[in-house]
This record gives sequence, C-alpha cells and structure tokens, in this order.
Amino acid sequence: MIELQDIRKGFGEKEILKGVSTIMEPGKVNLIIGSSGSGKTVMMKCIVGLMSVDSGKVLYDNQDFTAMDEKEKKTVRQEIGMLFQGSALFDSMTVEQNVMFPLDMFGTGTQKEKKARVEECLERVQLKEAAKKFPAEISGGMKKRVGIARAIVLNPKYLFCDEPNSGLDPQTSLLIDKLITELTKEYNITTVINTHDMNTVMESGDHIVYMYQGQKQWEGSNKDIVFSKDQKLNDFIFASEFLREAKEMRQLEMFKDGNWREQLKKEQGGERK
Amino acid sequence: MEFKFFYHFGNFLLMLKGMFSRPENMKMYWKQFMQQCVDIGVGSFGIVFIISLFMGGVTTLQTAYQLVSPIIPKSTIAQVVRDTIILEFAPTLTCIVLAGVVGSKIASELGNMRISEQIDALEIMGINTKGYLIAPKIMAALLMIPVLVAIAGFLGIYGGKAAGELSGVLSGEQFMQGLRQEFKAYNVFFAMAKSYTFGFIIASVSAYYGYNVTGGALEIGKASTTSVVVSCVLILFMDYALTAILL
Repeated sequence: MIELQDIRKGFGEKEILKGVSTIMEPGKVNLIIGSSGSGKTVMMKCIVGLMSVDSGKVLYDNQDFTAMDEKEKKTVRQEIGMLFQGSALFDSMTVEQNVMFPLDMFGTGTQKEKKARVEECLERVQLKEAAKKFPAEISGGMKKRVGIARAIVLNPKYLFCDEPNSGLDPQTSLLIDKLITELTKEYNITTVINTHDMNTVMESGDHIVYMYQGQKQWEGSNKDIVFSKDQKLNDFIFASEFLREAKEMRQLEMFKDGNWREQLKKEQGGERK
Repeated sequence: MEFKFFYHFGNFLLMLKGMFSRPENMKMYWKQFMQQCVDIGVGSFGIVFIISLFMGGVTTLQTAYQLVSPIIPKSTIAQVVRDTIILEFAPTLTCIVLAGVVGSKIASELGNMRISEQIDALEIMGINTKGYLIAPKIMAALLMIPVLVAIAGFLGIYGGKAAGELSGVLSGEQFMQGLRQEFKAYNVFFAMAKSYTFGFIIASVSAYYGYNVTGGALEIGKASTTSVVVSCVLILFMDYALTAILL
C-alpha cells in the first residue's frame, strides 16, 4: 500500500503540488489523471523518489519513504518496477539482456535460473520471439511490453507506469492495459498509472485520482466517474460530444442493470475528495 | 550570460562524492569498467596512431628547418624531437584530441541516457547511477589515457625517425644517437603526471555535462560541445600549471 499525506512540491515561486493525500491499495490499478500541467508527472516522480517533496509524507507499507536515507531508499526501490513513457530500454542491450539486467544486478539465483525467469517474463508479455532483438529493431508497443517485462522481473510489490499508452494505437493500448491489469491482480501489486488515455480510465481504473492545478479534484473508481457531477472532471473526461453521449448511454445501461441505486447512494453520500 | 563557476564547481564536486558508495554488484561494475576500457582505449587507438605519426614527422622536419647551423650536430634534431614529443605533444596534443573523441562520446552517451529516461530507470531500480555510469568511465580513462599517451610518444618518435630518413634530413643512426643524448627519465614521469591529470579532466568534465543534460536532442549536442570546450581549456590551464610546478 502507498499512502500520500499532504505532499507539496514547488519549483521556485511556483507550487506544483498543493497538498495531495490519497491511499493506493495493492491489487488495484490506481490511476492519476489530469490535463497537462496538472502536476501528475511531478506527483509520480515524488512518489518514486526521483524528486524530493517539499513537505508531506510518502508511505510505502507505513514506512516513511521521504524520511529514509539513501540506503533505505535503495531497499524500497528494489521492490519497485517502473514502465517509462519512452520505455527507457538500454539501447546497447538486446531485449533479453534488458530484462536480465535487474536480475544480474540484484538477483541471487544461478545463471540458469535467471535465464528461466527472463523467459517466463518475456512469455508473459508474449515477446519470447524478440529476445535477441535490439530495442531499435522492435515497435513502440513491443518496447512497452519489454519495459513491463523488465519492471516485473524482480517480482515488485509496486508497479509504476508513466503514460503507458502514449504513442500507441488503440488496439495495442488495450493490450497493454489488459496486461498491466492482469499482472496487478495476479501478483497483488500496487499499480500506479499516470495516464491521459480515456480507455484506460474506463477499463482499468479501480481507483482514480483526478488532479487539477496541483490539487486532488476528485477521487473514485471508473464506475463512479459515470455518475460524477464534478464539472471539471466531466469536462476533462467527456470532452467531446461523442464521449458525452457515450456517458449517457453507459448511465442508461447501468440504470437498466440496477447499478444506479448503488451509484446514487454514493452520490448522495457526497463525492470523496 | 550568467557566469556560474561556483554552481558548476560545487555540483561537480557533489557528483564526484556521489560516485563513492558500495557497488550493488561488483561483477556488473567490473563489466562496465572493462567495457569503458575497450571504448576509450581501443576506440581511440586509430586516431592516436595517425596523429602521433604525423606529429613526430612534422616535428622532425620543422626542427631540421630551424637548426641549420653547421656547428650543431644532426643528432640534436632527434633530441629536440624526443623531448618535444615526451614533454608536450604526446600528453597535451593527444589529450586535446581525446577530449574531442572520448569526451564528446561520454557526454552524448550520458546525455542520451538522461533524456531517454534510462538514468531514471537505473535510479528506480536502486542503482547508484553516478557510481555505475560515471566512476567506471573515469577509472577507465585514468587507466587507458596514460597508455594511449605512452603509445603516442613511441609512435611520435618513430614517425619523426621515419620522416627524417624519408626526407634525407638525418639518417636512422643519427636519429637513434640523438634519442639517447641527455635522456631524462623524469620527463617521462612528467608526461605521465600530465596524462593522468588530463585523463581525469576529460572523463569527469564530459560526464558532468552529459549526466546533467536537461531538455532534448539539441541540449545533448550543446552539452557535448561544452564538455569538449571546457575540457580543452582546463587541459591547457593544467598543462601550464603542471609545467610551472613540476619542471
């Protein structure tokens, strides 16, 4: 579990994160969404420790990450896997060597065991046939999958994905989303995704944090979003006429299913903020 | 333009301090070190070979052109060539060229890793990136650049001998005789002291500029150019300082 307690971060005079608090639970796909400049990338970098927070706490399983020294942070980081926007694969290494790298650096098993683990991960992302290829020889979607394989090779407790669908076609995006969701449930990982992709929001968002101008504007699940009355969130998610109509249809479907009672109760209870 | 000498110097010292931590896996660090030795040493051998031969040849011809007095023996040309190459040309000229070849490579490699988030990926894995990426480069430069300078010295002198014989300025025997005249082993020590200093400057300065790149592809190019310029200026400054102190 990752808990953020009133984290603040600024650059010079400008405050980017203005006191964000939330809890990200294991086995759930936690999404951070928001328009460009809303502070979601800074928030993710603060959570993983690539940036230090000005105030507030980031707790990994109730351990204060922000108060740890470098040695302790290193220990926590070995339980973190991260998929970067541009995949961040090492150009000079093959796909197999990229996935093997964390094992070589931190793994304890024999070379045979490590190789077996790499094969297992590559098979999980359906890339066994590309093992000997270099990153420059594979497509963007394949690079993302290699990034996922590298991120999960050490069985992380926390998985961070920075815009995993950027630059991918809708079909590949869905494949990546499905893969991340499956892995999250399968290994009970605390997954945090920073995304703009509305498909991801609607399909995978077990827990969604909507950021607006450095603050948490809304929090809930993909089911709550359909019934949300938050104007800013609605303007962001259902930006086009087509999406607004789709939302109404979805509401109607849920109404027919009888889910509307549950949703209405939540709405009457007030939206979580 | 703002002059940020103390900002860069302070950050540079912090970078050097950051390199010293216990390696996560010694075997991987060793592998990285050996890779850098190959890149810096073998990768630069070709250019060092060419410039050394011509540097020696030109030195012989120009010295012969100036020493026209009949009372100065021809072997003196070889003596001048030897000392010029050992004291100045082999360490300084070779390192200026290496600042361009090795320095720009280090800066652009690290800059590219920074921009494409590869350094962030290593950090997230819990790896000390300064220790893993920069320290092996500096150590490899400290090992390989003096070796390249020594090779440049031998090749330069050989080039001088070959140019003397080919042009008929002096015979091979005269050249060999001149080489042995008043040889001071201290000059070799001086050349090695310079090459260690220059090697450190080349690797550390270019690593500093590459590691701290922010922005995009344009900034990688700028960092690469800046690292070469700063390295060259520092090499020339330290050349003067070491000569004033050690000679």
